[in-house]
Amino acid sequence: MTSLPITLTINGHRHQLEVDPRVTLLDLLRERLDLTGTKKGCDRGQCGACTVLVDGKRINSCLALAVSHDGAQVLTIEGVANGEELHPVQAAFIAHDGFQCGFCTPGQIMSTLGLIAEGQAGDDPERIREGLSGNICRCAAYGGIVEAVLEAQQQLVKADRRTAA
Amino acid sequence: MTLELSLNQQPAHARQGSSIGQPLTRRDGFLKVTGAARYAADNHPPGMLYAVLAVSSIARGRVAALDVEAAKAHKGVVEVMTPKNRPALAADPDAKDHPFMFRLDLLQNDQVRYPNQSIAVVIAETLEAATEGAALLSPRYEVMPARVGLDGAESIVPRAVGVGGPAVQHKGDVEAGLKSAKTRIEATYETPAQYHNAMEPHAIVVAWEGDTLSIDTPSQGLAMAQGRIAGLFGIAPENIHIRSPFLGGGFGSKGMISGPQVLGILAARLVGRPVKLVLRREQMYGPVGHRAPTRQTLRMGMDGEGRLTALDHHAKTASSTFDDFFEPAADASHTLYASPAIATSHDAVRLDTGTPLFMRAPGEATGSIALESAIDEAAYACGMDPLEFRLRNYAEVEPMTGKPFSSKALRECYRQAAETFGWASRPIQPRLMRDADGFLTGWGMGTATFPAIMFQAEARAVLRADGSGVMETGAQDMGQGAWTAFAQIAADGLGLDIDQVDFRAGSSDLPNAGIAGGSGHTATAGMAIHNAGAAVIARLADLATGDEGSPLYGAGNEGVLARGGRLYRRDDESRGESYAEILTRAGLTEIEGHGKGAPDPASQEAYAKHAHGAVFAEVKVDPDFGQIRVTRLVGAFAAGRVINPRLVRSQYYGGMIWGVSFALHEEAITDRRSGRIQNANLAEYHVPVNADVPSIEALLVHEDDPHVNALGIKGVGEIGITGTAGAVANAVWHATGVRPRRFPVRIEDLLG
Repeated sequence: MTSLPITLTINGHRHQLEVDPRVTLLDLLRERLDLTGTKKGCDRGQCGACTVLVDGKRINSCLALAVSHDGAQVLTIEGVANGEELHPVQAAFIAHDGFQCGFCTPGQIMSTLGLIAEGQAGDDPERIREGLSGNICRCAAYGGIVEAVLEAQQQLVKADRRTAA
Repeated sequence: MTLELSLNQQPAHARQGSSIGQPLTRRDGFLKVTGAARYAADNHPPGMLYAVLAVSSIARGRVAALDVEAAKAHKGVVEVMTPKNRPALAADPDAKDHPFMFRLDLLQNDQVRYPNQSIAVVIAETLEAATEGAALLSPRYEVMPARVGLDGAESIVPRAVGVGGPAVQHKGDVEAGLKSAKTRIEATYETPAQYHNAMEPHAIVVAWEGDTLSIDTPSQGLAMAQGRIAGLFGIAPENIHIRSPFLGGGFGSKGMISGPQVLGILAARLVGRPVKLVLRREQMYGPVGHRAPTRQTLRMGMDGEGRLTALDHHAKTASSTFDDFFEPAADASHTLYASPAIATSHDAVRLDTGTPLFMRAPGEATGSIALESAIDEAAYACGMDPLEFRLRNYAEVEPMTGKPFSSKALRECYRQAAETFGWASRPIQPRLMRDADGFLTGWGMGTATFPAIMFQAEARAVLRADGSGVMETGAQDMGQGAWTAFAQIAADGLGLDIDQVDFRAGSSDLPNAGIAGGSGHTATAGMAIHNAGAAVIARLADLATGDEGSPLYGAGNEGVLARGGRLYRRDDESRGESYAEILTRAGLTEIEGHGKGAPDPASQEAYAKHAHGAVFAEVKVDPDFGQIRVTRLVGAFAAGRVINPRLVRSQYYGGMIWGVSFALHEEAITDRRSGRIQNANLAEYHVPVNADVPSIEALLVHEDDPHVNALGIKGVGEIGITGTAGAVANAVWHATGVRPRRFPVRIEDLLG
């Protein structure tokens, strides 16, 4: 296959890449850029383990060909914390035991960041459950995930108020 | 393996001397929420190639042709491994010398004995090239008719069910008991094939270095995996190093090393380079085990007071044509309800399917949904409330053996869960409750139980002259929280604060921690850790009490307490000194101790050991469309000592949601003509998503058990499924008046 040149900004770092057009964004991250936090659970867009933010929107990176996102801004789980300082969503996942085996967790967290940015769920647990139902957790840590999202939203709202004030 | 832990998740609360019992957050939490936890497929040694399996699209027959040339001609493909060039093995993969050993498909011939069986491996420079190479093989088959379904072959009585259990057992005279009964029920229930579907597909990254092997692969039993690989390749176990610091879920499917994992090792040998092989999701529906389907018939007789006079539980199940694992579903009737006569029996068919295996509560889950449904039917036949009926038939000793229970707080579970749920206001008749939106509302209950099992484990403890400690055991964390719970046990065993303990696990070069399975890992490896701690403290105490320079001189070993990094005289706690002082004065940089965990044969003989629980469920059913939603679940569980209530609660939640899934969601559907699984993917094989999960509560009921082990631990990983599945089924009946007789419950079953 002829490789194609693309440019991606991943977690704030610009990458100029030559990519086989068959390569998915997920496999590019995992197998070529050593960003293995994003997981492959099904490779068909059915489980959500590969969720990342592309230009601020959550997508299943297993269903995205890397070459079709030339020029995009990509945020993966590796880019969420600020060094040792966790993002409120990450901290809340730990505090509420919103995971067990941890394999779906990067996808859950990225999906949560997307959900919060969409501004559709607010603090309604039912809408949060619905909005995160594209991310399967076979350990079924769902209760903790919803609690974590609720707490993180509160933290973020408080932080926003502080910034505004 | 050592976890590099951040300070971010240190517990904020004050501890009171003991780490055990504290709800610490997960010590591996920081790694897991930042994507830094390294699972097997995240490894990438230099020079690594990608291996992709080609799997059979038929259920039975032989591979007549593979277009190896086309695959090899594809750019990037390095090699194609088929039965013709597969490197030799030192042992026959079809040989079997203990019940935990299963036959593997390692390209030993061209036969196909189940769908998704490996038929070739394509190895390439990139994943894309390997994937395309596998497609280019375009296999042609000689197809034989597939044997499908519980009536698809001649029935046999297995030599053993589960792990070595008798297929047929009885006490008393069931037929006489049924005859003398005032009320009788008989009912047949069907449960489907289910697949573990851990989020992490089985994966292996493997590098040969001469005759030694370096492996990253998820394993629930590192020492067993090491032994199996050693046998197959004819190399010493110590020349095989397996790292499995995190499993992306196991649920039994990563208990034994699977065929595809071994094919990764063979592929690496063939090409002489490191190889990564990861199963695709659909490839997990065959070679890595599943829960076998069952058809269970229960007969019960009751006297005028609602007491059981007889309980007969028969289960028909299925295994593969070439290996033995028989789901011990009927054995669920051995432990819960008192009856003068109990009979359990199994028969089975052999089908063209991958061999079924242990799947979270193997036998217990399947048997429980049928037993708890039948108990509900029996209660209704007697005109009794289902809880009252269960209390009437409460077993004071283990019904099948007559042994006393080592502990059993089931009455308290019933009481607490019923009260929290509000069970008392439930009408006995079905189809009487509606919610404000007109939905049919039903309440059901089930009893949960799971045996308290222990395997064998070892641990090594070290105390260092700087006062810190090390605890080593090759424990496996598949999400249950081994990194945290074992560190808590280690801290108490060493008499140190948890921050002072370097806990190492997840690697085969550490002492054998046994199996993370059977809900027995915490008890087994926990006891090894506890004993290793005691051994090294005893050595330290010997040093101090024999040293004239120590304030502990002459106290004797029993006269010393270990706490907070110091030894104290038991009779005078003002006299003590730090571990560091004792070791430094003795001129030692470190001392070590070893411990084992294993069941105590005497107490095994004397007592029946089980965890118990009670689960109450509310469902709502759309009266027009039959859609079912579980809206509320309350469980109360008594499982001995709780090491970490936060993690234990999560285990119960997970198990309970698996119970909901058993009742309402999961089912692998086999095409009756081809024998292929029609829904081998996560969209059509339904597992619960977030929106399926109701309000859920798990109550931890206090239970002291002096007999199971010194720590009093039973096990919590599997019990949540049992009881819950039946509770949901019974709630569906209570909402609709329709008794579910096959699972998962389908809308059409309610509309008929």
